[in-house]
Amino acid sequence: MAGLATTLGSGAMTNSMEEVFKSKVLLVIGSNTTWNHPVFGSLLKRAVKQNGVKLIVCDPRRIDLVDFADIWLRHRNGSDVALLSGLQHIILRDNLEAADYIRERTEGFQDYKKSIDFFTPERVQKLSGVPVEDLEAAARLYATAGVGALYYCMGITQHSHGVDNVKSCVNLQLITGNIGVEGGGVNPLRGQNNVQGACDMGGLPNVFTGYQPVTNPAAVEKFSKYWNVPLSDRVGLTLTQMIPECGKKIHAIYILGENPMVSDPNLHHVEESLRKLDLLVVQDIFLTETAKMAHVVLPGVSFAEKLGTFTNTERRVQLSNPAIRPTGNVRQDYEIIADLALRFGQEFPRAPESLFQEIRDLTPSYAGLTYERIREVGIPWPCPTEDHPGTRFLHAGKFARGLALLTPVTYSPPAEETDEEYDLVLSTGRILEHFHTGSMTRRSQILDAAVKNGHVELHPEDAKKRGISDGDMVTVATRRGRIETSAMLTDRVDRGSIFIPFHFAEAAANMLTNDALDPIAKIPEFKVCAARLERIAVAALEQK
Amino acid sequence: MHLTIDGRVVEAVPGQTVLEAARAAGIYIPALCYHPKTGKAGRCRACVVEVEGLRGLKESCALLVKDGMVVRTDTPKVLQTRRMIVELLLSEGHHNCISCQSNADCELQEMAYHLGIERPSYLVESLPTPKDMSSGGIVRDSDKCIQCGRCVVACQHGVVNQVLSFAYRGSHAQVVCDDDQPMGESTCVQCGECVQVCPVGALVLKQPLENKIRPHETTATKVTCPYCGVGCQIDLHTKDNRYAFAMAHEGQWDRQPNKGMLCVKGRFGLDYIDSPDRLRSPLVRKKGKLEKASWDEALDVVAKGLKAIQEKHGPDAVGFFTSAKVSNEENYALQRFGRALIGTNNIDHCARL
Repeated sequence: MAGLATTLGSGAMTNSMEEVFKSKVLLVIGSNTTWNHPVFGSLLKRAVKQNGVKLIVCDPRRIDLVDFADIWLRHRNGSDVALLSGLQHIILRDNLEAADYIRERTEGFQDYKKSIDFFTPERVQKLSGVPVEDLEAAARLYATAGVGALYYCMGITQHSHGVDNVKSCVNLQLITGNIGVEGGGVNPLRGQNNVQGACDMGGLPNVFTGYQPVTNPAAVEKFSKYWNVPLSDRVGLTLTQMIPECGKKIHAIYILGENPMVSDPNLHHVEESLRKLDLLVVQDIFLTETAKMAHVVLPGVSFAEKLGTFTNTERRVQLSNPAIRPTGNVRQDYEIIADLALRFGQEFPRAPESLFQEIRDLTPSYAGLTYERIREVGIPWPCPTEDHPGTRFLHAGKFARGLALLTPVTYSPPAEETDEEYDLVLSTGRILEHFHTGSMTRRSQILDAAVKNGHVELHPEDAKKRGISDGDMVTVATRRGRIETSAMLTDRVDRGSIFIPFHFAEAAANMLTNDALDPIAKIPEFKVCAARLERIAVAALEQK
Repeated sequence: MHLTIDGRVVEAVPGQTVLEAARAAGIYIPALCYHPKTGKAGRCRACVVEVEGLRGLKESCALLVKDGMVVRTDTPKVLQTRRMIVELLLSEGHHNCISCQSNADCELQEMAYHLGIERPSYLVESLPTPKDMSSGGIVRDSDKCIQCGRCVVACQHGVVNQVLSFAYRGSHAQVVCDDDQPMGESTCVQCGECVQVCPVGALVLKQPLENKIRPHETTATKVTCPYCGVGCQIDLHTKDNRYAFAMAHEGQWDRQPNKGMLCVKGRFGLDYIDSPDRLRSPLVRKKGKLEKASWDEALDVVAKGLKAIQEKHGPDAVGFFTSAKVSNEENYALQRFGRALIGTNNIDHCARL
């Protein structure tokens, strides 16, 4: 979200999902929408098939959405900045940009323009592998079709230069005048049901709720007063910074409902780090790989047992109701925290609605939301007052930071490139039937039966060269580790590329991934690293 | 604008159909092919009504309201026609409410009940067709299919997964997956939208069928899906405090983020809540092993441990991972705990992962 926050002044999806029907053209990059956000994928496909909305898909893999696209740009993993800037180069060269909008609503155009001069179509073809003709056609379509929306996901952010990728997305939307308008926007699709809410609630090292900076004295004073304690104004560490500091700066970690032992890059390192802690507390509903390492495990409850609000990818705050009563010696997650607070001498509210009242008191964008108002249909923030209808799209008329910032970008290659030894580009992600670390989906009968084990997507030609058939057991190795898994032969991946879903702890893709971080957002480079793949000889298998 | 239905003055808005206006006023008009999500189809003719000044019977699902319209849904002609439609539908295939998964949740059954049909008048002998059990989550029973076409429209134009379509001709016409593949071998992605719109028992969920739980026995609660960020609104059906099955919440579906749809994870991936692996007690590590403990013991260990580290190394020696999986209220509570009671801003979650 760092890229969005610096350029627009707010880090969230700018527009709502149902606005796809108001768009004239959609650009989807780094999002395998029909697998990762399937219901939104359906809305996208519907907009294309029934409303004649044009679709440009940019993805190194032949994802299902490609079948619905007017133009598919198959760029190399990690060449997103080059690709997006190449499109902008053509738009500016042909004077297809929204000149009035740039003049009235943005700043920094001259410096930005200079950086875009570098990205000639010929150069971008070289960097991204996308032919010049396709770049020209896509740029022309996107700039001339009418209001355009850009959707992206982890394929944009999970890179060592993820913030540059996001800035390139914003730049494209600014020069085409597509932010602050219905049917437009820069729209990062959120991968978990309450990532947006976790961010909104100050689950970040630099901000309180509603993105009020911990470095802002007025904010610190406001929260200190409300909570009746002095507060720190030092920005804290991110998750990916805390892990390597375990046993050094960090001696205790309290984890609520997360499983970094499967989700984090370079797992060997995570395990080693967590072992160095004096105290590891995990509050979860399963004994996850991470919980197994904890000193104390506190059993909370699942979504189905709780009352509370969740904020979806389009900032819509929705109320979820308890469907079953908790069983066993477990407690509501907010109760556990209140029980602990009591041991530190403070009384925390013990009802979700009272906690929500505190959130409203402290967070202007949530101030107008009440349980009563969102009982049946959720409302998107900002919603400052109880008679405010909520905000479907942001930045109408004015940006949160005044003028939007066009930022110069430079292309840098992925942190790790292929060589003779590690000759394949490895990318990781999710599949339709499973979710994240698999702690939920692999305990679901039907989903588990649908896809039981992990696999690696491999192009048939690469397989042939290595004497591998569909279903063969293979080893995949990178400079960080190796796993064994089965080969799935498919032309969904390009020649020279492989893809591994990361849901499967026993063949954990994150044993392989690179923990190189984006310097600003601290997000790891999950989407590209160099790997080697070999068939496991039958004899070796039999020996086991 | 106003119209009169069966002698009652009913309010309506321009653009509404007679069926919609009647249903909004609580007047029963059956419709088998029409569904709010799939729209009018004009196939089944179950919704026919008489309208003053118009010749013959009119399909109310396709007829737009006009101010002053006078509509009758209960004339002998209307009822006789509906009865014939139901009789003919019941004569084909094998409609057996006793064993049907959709018993008491079936629009054909309800229609027969309203029309007072106790047993079908015409019986056409036919051999039963085996159920298609090949899919992981969905059972297809073509003997119960009335070819209303809702599932085809939903699959083609609603979720746009483009698997179901009509094939073959005349009396051989039927709904098929791809080029007539078993569902489990087709390109079906198991979103379950076809089950969601099926008015009868031709497309049902396999899990409740196997667990012998029928829809009328369950309680539905509106929840937010725990998976991706779309925030689908789900009716979580439970029985005896346990998971039964999930359907998309259809209340005000066109205003909800998921528009009454779900994906395979939201539809079939929620039974983990009853998993035997669920933690049922606090655990504390003793001599290297995690062992069951009381809440007081576990919370004391945590509180003492945090305080000791806070004192020895300072507040910034403690880190908190809040969660993209728990509610706003719980995220708020944990960051408040970390900031206000430990005194650190080392607070983050897995948004980057």
